[in-house]
Amino acid sequence: MMLSVWLPVLALMTSLLAAVVIFALPEQGYRLRTAVNLGAALVKLGLVVVMVWGVFRGVDYGVSFTMAPGVAFVLKADALSMMFAGLSAVLWLLTTVYAVGYLEDSPNRSRFFGFFSLCVASTMGIALAGNLFTFFLFYEMLTLSTYPLVVHRGTEQALKAGRTYLIYTLTGGAVLLLAIAWLQGVAGDLPFREGGHFTENDPALHTSLIGIFVLLVAGLGVKAAVFPLHGWLPQAMVAPAPVSALLHAVAVVKAGAFGIVRVVYNIYGVEASSVLGVLEPLAWLAAFTILYGSVRALWQVDLKRLLAFSTVSQVSYIILGICLFGPVGAAGGLVHLLHQGIMKITLFFCAGNYAETLGIHRLDEMDGAGRRMPATSFAFTVGAFGMIGAPPLAGFITKWTMGTGALDAGMDWVIAVLVLSSLLNAAYFLPILHRLWFRDPPRQWPHERRWGRLETSAWLYWPTLVTAVVTILAGVLASLPFSPLSWAELIVLREYSP
Amino acid sequence: MTLWLMAGLLFTPLAWAVLTLLTDFRWGRWVTSFGILVQVLVSLGLWLTIARDGGFYYGLGGWDAPLGIELRVDGLAVTFVLLTAVVASACGWHAGVYIDPDKAWHRYFWPLFWFLWSGLNAVWLGGDLFNLYVGLELISLSAVGLVALGGKAAALRASLRYLLAALLGSLAYLLGVALLYGQFGSLSIAGVATLLADNPAPAGSGLALALMVTGLSLKTALFPLHQWLPPAHGIAKSPVSALLSALVVKASFYIAARLWLEFGATIGSFAAAQLVGLLGSAAVVWGSWLAFRQQQLKQVVAYSSVAQIGYLFLLFPLTYSVSEAVSLQAQQGITLQVISHGLAKAAMFLAAGNLILSVGSGRIEALAGVSRFLPFSLFSFGLAGVSLMSLPPTGGFTAKWLLLQASLGSGQWWWVAVLLAGGLLSAAYVFRIYRASFLERPETDRFYHPPRSLEVIPLILALLSLGLGLASEQVLSVMALPFEEAGAP
Repeated sequence: MMLSVWLPVLALMTSLLAAVVIFALPEQGYRLRTAVNLGAALVKLGLVVVMVWGVFRGVDYGVSFTMAPGVAFVLKADALSMMFAGLSAVLWLLTTVYAVGYLEDSPNRSRFFGFFSLCVASTMGIALAGNLFTFFLFYEMLTLSTYPLVVHRGTEQALKAGRTYLIYTLTGGAVLLLAIAWLQGVAGDLPFREGGHFTENDPALHTSLIGIFVLLVAGLGVKAAVFPLHGWLPQAMVAPAPVSALLHAVAVVKAGAFGIVRVVYNIYGVEASSVLGVLEPLAWLAAFTILYGSVRALWQVDLKRLLAFSTVSQVSYIILGICLFGPVGAAGGLVHLLHQGIMKITLFFCAGNYAETLGIHRLDEMDGAGRRMPATSFAFTVGAFGMIGAPPLAGFITKWTMGTGALDAGMDWVIAVLVLSSLLNAAYFLPILHRLWFRDPPRQWPHERRWGRLETSAWLYWPTLVTAVVTILAGVLASLPFSPLSWAELIVLREYSP
Repeated sequence: MTLWLMAGLLFTPLAWAVLTLLTDFRWGRWVTSFGILVQVLVSLGLWLTIARDGGFYYGLGGWDAPLGIELRVDGLAVTFVLLTAVVASACGWHAGVYIDPDKAWHRYFWPLFWFLWSGLNAVWLGGDLFNLYVGLELISLSAVGLVALGGKAAALRASLRYLLAALLGSLAYLLGVALLYGQFGSLSIAGVATLLADNPAPAGSGLALALMVTGLSLKTALFPLHQWLPPAHGIAKSPVSALLSALVVKASFYIAARLWLEFGATIGSFAAAQLVGLLGSAAVVWGSWLAFRQQQLKQVVAYSSVAQIGYLFLLFPLTYSVSEAVSLQAQQGITLQVISHGLAKAAMFLAAGNLILSVGSGRIEALAGVSRFLPFSLFSFGLAGVSLMSLPPTGGFTAKWLLLQASLGSGQWWWVAVLLAGGLLSAAYVFRIYRASFLERPETDRFYHPPRSLEVIPLILALLSLGLGLASEQVLSVMALPFEEAGAP
């Protein structure tokens, strides 16, 4: 029984303690730091696996105490939180391995890994938060702990990006706080609950509820990079590759998308949101963002910026999915929370590998890189096809499920958006693949480094391959229990029949 | 037991003030450390007693009002007594290491420090208007002396300016007290409140309240009467700045708040309450903007005090003719703001002092790249900054949350804009300093790590302001304890 209270706390504390220990270690303590980092990541993964199994069997994990008059600090593990927590735990391990290799011999590693762990602790808190107040707590902690990572390089450009990042996210945070405080005034402290709280609401409240919803989505939309609040994301690309990977795959943009899911499902409830008429505008906005991000990606010359715009587009799939009023579409949106994470992190790892090994940053430098780095290029190809939605990869599962969901819900226009977006994805990814595999390599790479037998450092090589393989498996094995799709269906089942 | 605690609380600071007058700085340090221990234990003991049994009136020496000195020992007062004990002992400890013992005039630090402490306790516990005045004067004069310890001409200029402002404020307050005494024939706050409850407010009592609040606002450095604060707080030694920003300005605000809560409902008016709130809001915006424009690290922190003090004055509109629940929320929010700003600002000034010591310059640009050395003090500065930006999970955040609730609940939604904008503006000036610390430039290659004890103290204070957010429920529950009215006149 005690275990059910302590597990969420422990899962949170592993990264938090790791951060404290890492800050306390000297800069030169390379081995010890790596050991602490990987050890904590493994322990956390173990704890999350135990909790996933527990939640599947219906165990209630939770702890709460009154933090201030009228509001409680609540940690709670439900199916949705385990989805996010699982993603965060798996990717923390992989990204840590990757970052150790990526930052080899670079300065300020102690600072970097300390804040990295803090950032992961925040995502864990976001996953396990049991009400909006607690969610907000970790949401802001995430902002603070990612800032030092974005400006890590300390160049003027990095600091400028950091400033843009802060202006966007802190303002978004203020809007979110206003919305949460208003909601508290209207309805009190609402725990996240399957099916939401406003199924039978008072028509007199409709106006304020719509107002609060708009503010909530605006506040969360900043991190989720919903158009027109996405401006910070491409700029934040100056951060080191592991940071971009984590930011895009699980930490920042996903925190925003996850928050929107929480609001729609566990605060308002799908039915109430639909009655209030807020889902359809949100769906249009998400659809527009999907197309907008893809169109902007077409014109990028820098690989990481292209991936950033691709993220702008892809994250809105999640939002579009939950706006489809029906269980199938919802499962499609939710499963993309995991799928996009895995695929995007693969692509960012690859971008980092190209940059570290060959000094490639721009698309026109990528000619023939497939011959020099076949494994990385294979992973990139898997990620790219996944994004396009080619079967049997993870992205295909998303788009297929969402498509059938849209038909079920009678929102046929969504199919058009999906098809158009896939075409656009193909339009900016296929030329890169063509460059990688079918063009001749230049006589000299911009800045080449060699590492013995493997095409790149082993620390960079293996995580990239692992995520690529997971991308394939998530698609091929989608019908097995505990696959992302089955888990998303479990969440939807609990949401639609609470 | 309570008798001993009260005696210890009120007389140790005075006794130690006299004792340390006889010693030089080094001896004073040893003597003081024992006194600090006594004070902390006594304050904690009193707080625990009140938390268990509730508050009471205490006639000093067995003499009740109107003849004797009447003390109001309630949850709020003892909370501030405890806050004072925490902050003052941290500053005293820090000062013992930080201040150069070889300068002859530094020996006066300890007596002034102790006089300041006794004045603070007198204000927190004071139950009648005249004794509050005495406490205020004790605080002001010792604070001015502490600023002047800076030694340079600029420090003397700043302290003189401070002295004039403080005296002017005291005069206005005293005038108000005299008027009130003429009308009611009583100096006890509780006594006047009882008289007011039974009879209609006499003409002119509004003027008395206005005079007192204006005088106290000047001492608290409410916009536009804030000009004296930044030079004084900026130029003083870091432990002194910490004491001044964390505690001294709060004392005059505390009196103003007590007066408003007791008399405001009958003597005050909606317009006056809104005006004070408006000035507070202006302070938030203007203070933050000026903080953003400063080049000196300590000036940033000093102007940030002007901004943070502005929030406190939202108490006036948020408790005037609103429901009981909203008023309680506002009071709790303001109390938390006082405590968390006290802890965070003290941490920030002490950390700023350490950083200046480390890089050898007070300018912000001198901080370029210091985050590379992972200085503890930068971390403490950052943590305290989080509280000032009122981001979770700090005490500053809980305070803002309660004030937001109170603003929305009272229908005075315009304060919401101030609260949210204030947080963003403070982020602007705090992150300006972080930004400098992350800059990678070749210049900063030397970095002096100050003694560990100097670095630990601000960290503890910053962690306390962080923990306050998580434990605010417990702290606030002491504030609203039932109050034993038996001793009331």
